[in-house]
Amino acid sequence: MSRIVETRQLTPVTKMFVLDNRLIAESAQAGQFVMLRVHKDGERIPVTIADYDREAGTITIVVQAVGATTRRVDALDVGDEILDVAGPLGSPIEIPDGGAHVVGVGGGFGAAALLCLMREIHAKGNTATAIVGARNQDLLIMTNELLGVADNVEICTDDGSAGMKGFVTQRLAQLMDGQGPGRPDRVIAIGPMAMMRAIAAATKESGIKTMVSMDPLMVDGTGMCGGCRVIVDGKSQFACIDGPVFDAQLVDFDLAMRRNKAYAEQEKAAAKRLACAPAEAV
Amino acid sequence: MPVKRFDKTPMPTQVAGMRAHNFLEVNEGYTEDHARFEAERCLRCQDPICVTGCPVGVPIPQFIHAVALGDRQGASRLLRSANPLASVCGRVCAQENQCEARCSLAGRFNPVAIGHLERFVADWERTQTHEAKPQITRTEKVAIIGSGPAGLVCAGELARLGYSVTIYEALHAPGGVLRYGIPEFRLPKDILDWEISLLTDLGVKIECNVIIGRTLSLDQLTTKMGYSAVFIGTGAGLPQFLGIPGENLVGVYSANEYLTRVNLMRGYSADADTPVAHGESVAIVGAGNTAMDAVRTAMRMGASKAMVIYRRSETEMSAREEEYHHAKEEGVEFHCLTNPLEIIDDGNGRVAALRCQRMVLGEPDKSGRARPVAIPDSEFVIPVDNVVLAIGTTPNPMLTRTTAGLSTTPSGCIVADERTGSTSRSLVFAGGDAVSGAATVILAAGAGKRAASAIHETLNPG
Repeated sequence: MSRIVETRQLTPVTKMFVLDNRLIAESAQAGQFVMLRVHKDGERIPVTIADYDREAGTITIVVQAVGATTRRVDALDVGDEILDVAGPLGSPIEIPDGGAHVVGVGGGFGAAALLCLMREIHAKGNTATAIVGARNQDLLIMTNELLGVADNVEICTDDGSAGMKGFVTQRLAQLMDGQGPGRPDRVIAIGPMAMMRAIAAATKESGIKTMVSMDPLMVDGTGMCGGCRVIVDGKSQFACIDGPVFDAQLVDFDLAMRRNKAYAEQEKAAAKRLACAPAEAV
Repeated sequence: MPVKRFDKTPMPTQVAGMRAHNFLEVNEGYTEDHARFEAERCLRCQDPICVTGCPVGVPIPQFIHAVALGDRQGASRLLRSANPLASVCGRVCAQENQCEARCSLAGRFNPVAIGHLERFVADWERTQTHEAKPQITRTEKVAIIGSGPAGLVCAGELARLGYSVTIYEALHAPGGVLRYGIPEFRLPKDILDWEISLLTDLGVKIECNVIIGRTLSLDQLTTKMGYSAVFIGTGAGLPQFLGIPGENLVGVYSANEYLTRVNLMRGYSADADTPVAHGESVAIVGAGNTAMDAVRTAMRMGASKAMVIYRRSETEMSAREEEYHHAKEEGVEFHCLTNPLEIIDDGNGRVAALRCQRMVLGEPDKSGRARPVAIPDSEFVIPVDNVVLAIGTTPNPMLTRTTAGLSTTPSGCIVADERTGSTSRSLVFAGGDAVSGAATVILAAGAGKRAASAIHETLNPG
């Protein structure tokens, strides 16, 4: 059980939770995730660790209420307990040992995962740049927090209501051309699959090492089910133990996107059942 | 003179036509009369070689004699003294290859139904009130990694010896493969819960959601957390895939994933949130016990056609005979000498069919079984909605990848002494499938038991 010690509504469907879990807080590193389960018949879902505080013994996660389980999480508040939180799982992101310009690209609620990543990149003596994007200003999340941990924060919105008007890929292309904080030595993208694929395409010819954080469906998150397999360089890899971060140029994104829709119909039905259920059942 | 009969007293079962559509236990267990009658078949050999076939050394003739006398209390004490998971082993242990294979009656007649009697005694025991209290008499603490059969048995033995024992389990519920792998209709979860409650009554602590190698390192256990010894029983939970085209289509599962969705995540219940496919036509590739569990589960999840696809013949199947017969009775189709070549896409990234070829048996291969050889121009297609691959598992690499100095074999098994379970690291022991690769519950239990003795001898010599 992990108690919720702080929450913040980031957008109408995105909520941040700070969880009291000293064991995970003490071992977590950027790129890892936890598995959550909120009730006895609940499913296990993987959620990226956005940040951790070893002193306070807390971890921060951001959940977007899209399915039955994430909506159940969304309904929780300070003082509530999350039944099961297991982690940190997955391999930490490999970060250069200093002197490199590392750019983290965060799309949608993936921007939250850049928090601990930027801090670790900076702490190892690298230049940490965050590029975050959203449709408009109201959907941007964690920009103030990122300003506190990154050397540079580049903001993009589709409508230009904040930062640059355009996509994160466009800003990345400008950086690759030497604009702003300059050409990256490494790019790490965390966000929707379509964004990560676009980032992979953007850096393909440049030779810049680019990593993506894959977010496939998982059951256990510990290497047991194989449901999270992604094809990397033609070989089957389990995102939970071999990843979740892989070389962007080697990932089969088409397959990964198709596999993520495996239960689309059942998920829709479950969300509908939940919407019709009395409030206390949520 | 006791009545002698040639045949085993049959195990009462649920009617096949009914049980194929529910998750209730298939075997219903002996009555007192069945048990006493069967127990009288035992010859009470002077030199009982059946015991040598038991990895945990159950005093078989003695407990059976107690059953024959109607002394269930005595029988359960004898059984429990040697097997801390009696109600589980009485159900899932392959006695026909072990104790029963060595029964003196086995040559000319059918062996005594040792397994059924074990289950009878353990089931009676479960109806009794238990008054076990923790008796932690020693200062040393022992950590157990993994709560499958090896870990549970090791923990129980050490707790009885007076050690303070904590089991760390990565999932949200204890039991390992007994929980996520073996279906409800073979091992009801309330029986597993009861066996585990006996351990917690003895003072064994179980910490779920803790992944050793990630949440805590093995070194933290032995240093900062003050454990005097560690036992690794992390099993062989990493599923293998065939490497054939179409394996990543939506609707293809490893048996581990399929069974975990149904067992651990309770996919058979309408209240469960975890989705699982309910294919009309389901093909299971492989013919071991896991394949039987998966195909019979598919049947119960509503498949009108549940098939086993196996490249060798019935004779080479590694599944228990009982499982095979039960599956056949329930209407499972067996397509033997059939090798899957490709899983065919329906055009939308989902499974449509399985392309196979017919095989014929050739010379024995390195496993000693006849090697299947393809028959030219024998390809054919079976329409299916789901494919479940039950072709084996290997040890989970999470702990070994993150722990320095722990030797493993090229196939990822932890190197450990057969007799003691000691590994390349001092005061770290290992046993069960993590060491042997995928094997049986009782072999894991035996390894857990031996390691517990070795840990005791190491910590308190003499």
